[in-house]
Amino acid sequence: MPVADYMRRDCEVVLMQNKCEKTAEGVFFLTGKDFSNAGVASSELKAILEKMGINHGIIRRAAIAAFEAEMNVIIYTPAGMMRYSITPDYLKIVVEDMGPGIEDIALAMTEGYSTAPHYIREMGFGSGMGLPNIKKNADEMKLSSTPGAGTTLEFIIKIKRE
Amino acid sequence: MKLQELVDSLSLEVKTASFNLTKEVTGGYVSDLLSDVIANSKEGNIWVTLQTHQNIVAVATLRELSGIILVNNRTPDTETLKKAEEEGLPIMVSPLPAFELVGRLYSLGLRCQ
Repeated sequence: MPVADYMRRDCEVVLMQNKCEKTAEGVFFLTGKDFSNAGVASSELKAILEKMGINHGIIRRAAIAAFEAEMNVIIYTPAGMMRYSITPDYLKIVVEDMGPGIEDIALAMTEGYSTAPHYIREMGFGSGMGLPNIKKNADEMKLSSTPGAGTTLEFIIKIKRE
Repeated sequence: MKLQELVDSLSLEVKTASFNLTKEVTGGYVSDLLSDVIANSKEGNIWVTLQTHQNIVAVATLRELSGIILVNNRTPDTETLKKAEEEGLPIMVSPLPAFELVGRLYSLGLRCQ
């Protein structure tokens, strides 16, 4: 089944749950270099949060952080997945990829540092703002990586209901 | 200010979602770096850029921008047009370079807000 179909199916199930519940969880499968579906996972997540009536400012931060995390998988890795869980208290996102990993995490967190190739930069990505943007918008962030094996990014955004 | 007023004042060529020009424009942002736009633009802003690929639609939609103006007569990619139409996101094209275009938007009263 194409990745996009997986994502659609997953979202349908989750949206049905949301009608009566204040929690939700699910997963988006991300394919490297699939720029035609880039942003789909973040948009779907945003729609889910909106349906659940989450505060607009929280949704904005979640959308920014999720988009950056999603783009990192698409730009730098062959594949990965983004799992999310939403509770009345927080949104937690865990992104695992099977990419090349990050040798120096502190360096990767430095604003402006990027390993993106030229053609990616030409598209306006790879400005070295992605990970710092995630950190700014999340309440907690954890990045761990094994060079040659992959990277796991976890972040939490606390939810305050309107 | 509505998008339609910008289109009329600056003779913009509307490429997509012409049914959606009644949107209110809250201000403007100019950048070709997508992370910059997603972090620093505001809802309802008009986005001035030279990027033409489909991911600009994702950024504008996620950030709830009112529309995108491409400078220097840049031609949006076919996929970009298709996605923008689906999302109801107006993409407009101006023959002006970014500096000139932003100057005129500013003269019309738009600010970075």
